[in-house]
Amino acid sequence: MSVTGPTISLTELPIGQQGIVRELKTNSRMRRRLLDLGLVANTVVEALCQSPSGDPRAYHIRGTVIALRAEEAASVIIEKTN
Amino acid sequence: MGLGSLRGLDAQLAVSQAPSDSLVIALAGNPNTGKSTLFNQLTGLNQHTGNWPGKTVTIARGQFQYQDQNYILVDLPGTYSLLANSVEEEVARDFICSGQAKAIVIVTDATCLERNLNLVLQIMEITPHVVVCVNLLDEAKRKQIHVDLEKLAALLGVPVVGTNARDGEGLKELKAAIHRMAMGKEKTNPLQINYAPPIETAVDLLLPALEAKNTNYSARWRALRLLQREVAVLDSPAQSLKARLAQAYRILQEQDLIGDKLHDSIVTSLIHTAERIAKNTVTVKQQDYDRRDRKIDQIVTSRRWGIPIMLALLVLVFWITIKGANYPSQLLFTIFFRIEDSLTSFMRSYGWPDFLHGFLVLGIYRTLTWVVAVMLPPMAIFFPLFTFLEDLGYLPRIAFNLDNYFKRACAHGKQALTMCMGFGCNAVGVVGCRIIDSPRERIIATITNNFVPCNGRFPLLITLVSIFFARRADSSGLIGTLLLVGLIVLSVMITLAVSKLLSKTVLKGLPSSFALELPPYRKPQIGRILVRSLLDRTLFVLRRAIIVAAPAGAVLWLLANSYIGDNSLLQLLASWLQPIAYLIGLDGYILLAFILGFPANEIVLPIVLMSYTQSGALFELHSLTELYHLLVQNGWTWLTAICTILFSLNHWPCGTTLLTIRQETQSSKWTVLSLLVPTAVGFTLCFLITQAARFLGL
Repeated sequence: MSVTGPTISLTELPIGQQGIVRELKTNSRMRRRLLDLGLVANTVVEALCQSPSGDPRAYHIRGTVIALRAEEAASVIIEKTN
Repeated sequence: MGLGSLRGLDAQLAVSQAPSDSLVIALAGNPNTGKSTLFNQLTGLNQHTGNWPGKTVTIARGQFQYQDQNYILVDLPGTYSLLANSVEEEVARDFICSGQAKAIVIVTDATCLERNLNLVLQIMEITPHVVVCVNLLDEAKRKQIHVDLEKLAALLGVPVVGTNARDGEGLKELKAAIHRMAMGKEKTNPLQINYAPPIETAVDLLLPALEAKNTNYSARWRALRLLQREVAVLDSPAQSLKARLAQAYRILQEQDLIGDKLHDSIVTSLIHTAERIAKNTVTVKQQDYDRRDRKIDQIVTSRRWGIPIMLALLVLVFWITIKGANYPSQLLFTIFFRIEDSLTSFMRSYGWPDFLHGFLVLGIYRTLTWVVAVMLPPMAIFFPLFTFLEDLGYLPRIAFNLDNYFKRACAHGKQALTMCMGFGCNAVGVVGCRIIDSPRERIIATITNNFVPCNGRFPLLITLVSIFFARRADSSGLIGTLLLVGLIVLSVMITLAVSKLLSKTVLKGLPSSFALELPPYRKPQIGRILVRSLLDRTLFVLRRAIIVAAPAGAVLWLLANSYIGDNSLLQLLASWLQPIAYLIGLDGYILLAFILGFPANEIVLPIVLMSYTQSGALFELHSLTELYHLLVQNGWTWLTAICTILFSLNHWPCGTTLLTIRQETQSSKWTVLSLLVPTAVGFTLCFLITQAARFLGL
């Protein structure tokens, strides 16, 4: 898939900001889990809040709030939007 | 998966024992869509539901009638998808594929329809006998989200019914739709998903060889699963199919659509289709409809307030429980003792022998009523409070806040929840471990649940803390509560340490994925909370406690009243235990009381008192000062108090909990380990503290 701008991992998305999913850098089971959550290419994701220790963080994904641990979110490559 | 609890699921899958004229209907849907509420409303069967994703892991069944037709409703596990191979998804998928159900009702959440449509599309691919139920319409209305049900039905090609399961709205229409579908009076034309061209070509290639075969699920679905090489769900393909399959694989390979890429492509098509349908049917008037929820979340999960708010709620819940339970407990004691008096005078007047009166009344009756009087009031207060937080939607936030600690212990964040349930009753906490998907992490949560003190252990903890460490005026009970919370924090730390130890030894493995949904906050329904928590949790635990307390009372009385020489059996046993007990800072009577308290932790302290006063039956001292002097006269020091408190926190689970662990894990190995691990921790801790204190001459 074509990458149009600079990409970061979902863990680097600042709270309150949005990004567009470009790629999942993982395979097998975790990939399937993430896809089932709706994290397919071109999905808009917003970072909502983080737990007191900073991990996990909660994201707005297709109308639902989903908490992901850093290991999982790190494999989601996104492009930041304004 | 190799997990015993699944055997139970398999057994429940077959609905063959139903009356022959009944028709089976399956209820599917994402977690947290009000599926269980709908199930209860349709069947009237009381089943626990909470604002917690993934609650229904076992399959519940109930019945309802419509126009003289009997229906059996099967509540499938809540899943987001049927593709990802979790236990729940396998169970749900296998049931749908088994063809037992005349119709599948898919419950969806009107406030996030798009996500829910993924599952709808997947199920419609398997079978056309689908009724879509768009639930939580009231929530949607409040958030100014409008769903065009007619258009949705037209786009999906299956009947769509809107409901508010909590208020029973739309259930009549839903039943009618189910009936029409089950009677074959409904013509459906389920939407077919357009996959990438090479996939469609490959499917078309397989179809002729598949359609001949009569199965309960569609040929197209079968073809797709064959392409994905998920042969596990299918019987071995026939020869004619094998050639076509080879050709189909070649087509996909040429387009680089194999493995993960094929899966990606399929899921992406599904999700884009869901997105398109949602765009055409859902109108969101107010884009920031969930602003309030976000604001609350930012506070209750913040670095500064997240943990303090949790602790404050914990203190509040315990304080209400302890204070609130006091009066009803005393009242129950008074009533039970009055009944005991009448029983005694009745037996005396008919000249029953003393030992029979002692055995039946002082032994069985008194122990049984003791446990009930101590246990019932706090549980009847704690569980509604807990269910209130659950209904509100706060509990997933606790898991969110604490997940990092559990992750470092290689355990699951949801264990924070089962731990909280354990404060009410460890047996309930163990049952609650079902919400954890990964078998490894579920067993860790099960084994370590006993490390948090249940309501049955609170009286001992509170009593000892207040007479030894908070003796100054504490009429509000606040100092005692705070010290108790300190103990609870300690028990949580031990839980984490032992979880880590287990996952580094007998339960090795990496943490599974977390992916926890933080559902919208919902207004709790007080009436339903009271009924549900009383029926489902309190009475359940009480019944089991009674079953174990009665025989315990009999044994206890016999031990205290059977003499060898000048000593009762109780005294003899205590003197045998004395050498071991001394090493860990206790005395023989205390250790014996913990052993005899195996059926129910409530009776540990009463047994100690009974032994010291040689009274032959349980009794309670009414003043704490009196109690303090009695204990000190019998050699108690602050060290004895600390060791008794620590041993109460860390010893074998009670009989009820062990039975529950056996039932839930279906494994003797894990049951025995659940007994040994906390016991070993208790012995070690008490031993180290005692030896250190004695060495330092404290």
